[in-house]
Amino acid sequence: MKVLLVDDSRTMRNIQKSALAEIGYTDIVEACDGQDALSRVKADTPELILLDWNMPNMDGLSFLKAFRVENKTTLVIMVTTEAEKSRVVEAIKAGVNNYLVKPFTPDQLNQRITETVNRRKAG
Amino acid sequence: METRFIMPFMNSIKNVFGTMLKTTVGFGQPSLKSPGQISHGVSGIISFTGSVGGTIVVCMPLIVAKDVIRRFTGAIFEPDDPDFIDAIGELVNMIAGGAKSSFGREDVAISCPSVVMGQDHQLFQRKDQAIIIVPCQSEAGVFHTEIGLKVSQAAEKPKLAAAG
Repeated sequence: MKVLLVDDSRTMRNIQKSALAEIGYTDIVEACDGQDALSRVKADTPELILLDWNMPNMDGLSFLKAFRVENKTTLVIMVTTEAEKSRVVEAIKAGVNNYLVKPFTPDQLNQRITETVNRRKAG
Repeated sequence: METRFIMPFMNSIKNVFGTMLKTTVGFGQPSLKSPGQISHGVSGIISFTGSVGGTIVVCMPLIVAKDVIRRFTGAIFEPDDPDFIDAIGELVNMIAGGAKSSFGREDVAISCPSVVMGQDHQLFQRKDQAIIIVPCQSEAGVFHTEIGLKVSQAAEKPKLAAAG
């Protein structure tokens, strides 16, 4: 499964990459903001996107809204410091499949990915 | 002095360091920052806007920051490496985001982080804004957090009116 990591922090992308490698995801592409991600999804067609919220140029929510106009199927997990209920609701309305609040352990990230992928398989 | 913001930051620092660095943090007595006080090493800064406005700064001596980053990323970065600055920014971002979520206010937003480095740098503060310094002690060493936040007057008015 190809995974797109969208986060303006290279540190966070590297942490996510290490966690993904633990569960066998090694086909990974990266984007540093929403704008970059919009061009990546056209070229790389990922099946799963891990998406930060607060980023320069284009934030995660704006990316998600633009992305979902054309793509309703790619799995998207928001990985963010935004923990307020209203933010989670906003993200779900915009089409996110799951939500993980930073900080997180590698196990928590992997668990969230596995449950999101399994839910899709079951559905 | 807005003491109500101290606990959310202490809790968030504990949570971020515990989860991402697998290390504990203890706290010293909070105090007011003196105007013109000099900072050393590296400062990660996040601005808050909305019904709570201002800035928070996490300041670390470089030697402490290097060990914090090693525990955070699993790699050793020198201060002139862009990844050093990126890691400090992300750490401060998580601390600010975690604290914000416990304010109980949905309209507060945080900025992307800024990082300032230098042996003797000075971060200017607004004259009407008191800044609280919270000393922090971790296994990586001693650092401190500066909290300069206040609730906007418009956001306080309904509470005062309700209180009569």
